[in-house]
Amino acid sequence: MFELLGIPPQALFGQLLLGLINGSFYALLSLGLAIIFGLLNIINFTHGAQYMMGAFVAWMLLNYAGIPYWGALLLVPVIVGITGVVLERLLISRLYHLDHLYGLLLTFGLALIITGVFRNQYGISGLPYAIPGQLSGGQNLGFMFLPNYRGWVVVASLVVCLGTWFVIEKTRLGAYLRAATENPTMVGAFGINVPRLITLTYGFGVGLAAFAGVLAAPIYSVNPNMGADVIIVVFAVVVIGGMGSILGSILTGFGLGLVEGLTRVFYPEGSAVVIFVIMAIVLLVKPAGLFGREA
Amino acid sequence: MRKTGFIVASLAGLLMAGTAFAQTAVKIGVLNDRSGIYADITGEGSAVAAQMAAEDFGTDKGITVEVVSADHQNKPDVGSNIARQWYDTEGVDVIADVPTSSVALAVNDITREKNKIFLNSGAATSDLTGAKCSPNTVHWTYDTWQLAHGTGGAMVAAGGKTWFFLTADYAFGHALERDTSAVVKEAGGEVIGSVKTPFPGTDFSSFLLQAQASGAQVIGLANAGGDTVNSMKQAAEFGITQGGQAIAGLLVFVNDIHALGLDVAQGLVLTETFYWDLNDKTREWSARFEEKTGKKPSMIQAGVYASVLHYLKAVEAVGSKDPEAVMAKMKEMPTDDPLFGQGVVRADGRKTHDAYLFRVKKPEDSTGPWDLYETVATIPADKAFRPLADGGCPLVQ
Repeated sequence: MFELLGIPPQALFGQLLLGLINGSFYALLSLGLAIIFGLLNIINFTHGAQYMMGAFVAWMLLNYAGIPYWGALLLVPVIVGITGVVLERLLISRLYHLDHLYGLLLTFGLALIITGVFRNQYGISGLPYAIPGQLSGGQNLGFMFLPNYRGWVVVASLVVCLGTWFVIEKTRLGAYLRAATENPTMVGAFGINVPRLITLTYGFGVGLAAFAGVLAAPIYSVNPNMGADVIIVVFAVVVIGGMGSILGSILTGFGLGLVEGLTRVFYPEGSAVVIFVIMAIVLLVKPAGLFGREA
Repeated sequence: MRKTGFIVASLAGLLMAGTAFAQTAVKIGVLNDRSGIYADITGEGSAVAAQMAAEDFGTDKGITVEVVSADHQNKPDVGSNIARQWYDTEGVDVIADVPTSSVALAVNDITREKNKIFLNSGAATSDLTGAKCSPNTVHWTYDTWQLAHGTGGAMVAAGGKTWFFLTADYAFGHALERDTSAVVKEAGGEVIGSVKTPFPGTDFSSFLLQAQASGAQVIGLANAGGDTVNSMKQAAEFGITQGGQAIAGLLVFVNDIHALGLDVAQGLVLTETFYWDLNDKTREWSARFEEKTGKKPSMIQAGVYASVLHYLKAVEAVGSKDPEAVMAKMKEMPTDDPLFGQGVVRADGRKTHDAYLFRVKKPEDSTGPWDLYETVATIPADKAFRPLADGGCPLVQ
């Protein structure tokens, strides 16, 4: 049997596919971050906690209200998105005229508080959340066994990412949004409610994180630390893609998932740091990121 | 007036001197993970267990006990700093618990240097009573040699001859893989591969896929806590057990099974030295523990209770908290507590007691959220732990 770089091709394809699946999470999460940064100029460190909340709210809906996975997939982004809207109105909106640093500190503090509350309430071991019956089992692809659920994660994530990109880049609403970030006074003069537009944008970004949380709940244990574990990687993805670039965060998210998957085959010990190594190299060569515009 | 004042003062002074002679004040520092992946199996629950030991020991024996606690975040440097600060400036006499082998080995060295006492319950590495053994350390609850022989031995005996390991990439994982590999080879089995996974991790699917592709009969999980929960959950997702491969959870705690749910965990064979539902005494104590914490105790928390209790008995017997005398007494005096029953502390610091091989119940056999195990076998104390002569501990040569 022929081998590619010492690895059987089956294993290689399998790992690439797994990388793509992880990349789906990176893409969804970094997309939300990029929208919030690109349009609001807020470095939303609460994003990881909001992803975690998505998973927990899905668990709560199932256990307290009997609402299964599919209902959660629709309801959770709305519920967590609303908490985001409240947060934006109460706290974050007061910081727009200040330096980036204040927004970063505020959202980082909020993340610690939210994580702490969930940890005290539910402990650290995690909570079980089963894969929905329709998606249990898997397909034998010849080179690997693909759980149906993971296939669904890739499809759902691709659809949501491309849909979001389309709305922002190709529709009138998206045009208003982009204009409002360039020149809020001018857009306001045309009779568009700019503060409300911004609030809803933050809510939407948060909703994306919550959606990723629901997707993650059946694969990872629903755990207060799940956001903290992933958020640093996602920030690296956003920085590599170029802060605020929508397409950049989607492509980099999937791409880095693949790179991480490959590292797991060739040098497993390095898989936790490979993304940061890439980040360092990219920042040396292109300080604005792969898809970012030089300021 | 002045005379009365003098007499009162002298009397008070005498009384205070009298109490100072009768009272020994002991300060116990519970050092563990209070926010990371081991926070549920150690954490605040271990501090509660130490406090319960102090209360159950009684306040009428002239020993006052103060329990303090801190978070070492699973980082050896953080743990070392806290240990030094406790010993040097805060008058801590004993450090208890300390999960995470890398941190425990650091605290082991510092305790020896400062000549204090270290009652380890949380860490797994068998090096604590082997090459790195110390006259100041007691290793109470379990270790990697015991886990390897308990679970590993049972899996090999059941026909699992070829193994592939998923190993958490730090001192504990390496020790557990090494000890289990030895058991497998000794029994005529073969280790056909292993992969070191970053610690802590969330996605283990790539590594599981490699294990699946290896065709090994048994996939050994040399990890713990959230890592084990995620690997088992994902192993179920990838249909690994349906494909005929067996999963060996080499270090699994009752809280992990609780977190996984019986649907995913059923049938898993594992080793522990304590389970809340063993007998009336463990049930009674665990009910009190649950009242305070809302959860059943893990074996680590049980070990903190039992080790602190034995230490206090030794302090009472010696009549002082002099580390050398107390350690000598702890090793001389047989142990007896409601959770682990009777046992001994060996010359190398190893506490020995029975261990149990459990099987996780099927969902339909369970009667409550914490009714998780059925007992497969009891491994007697002299078989459960590494023989004194085999550890290479300099104290016994």
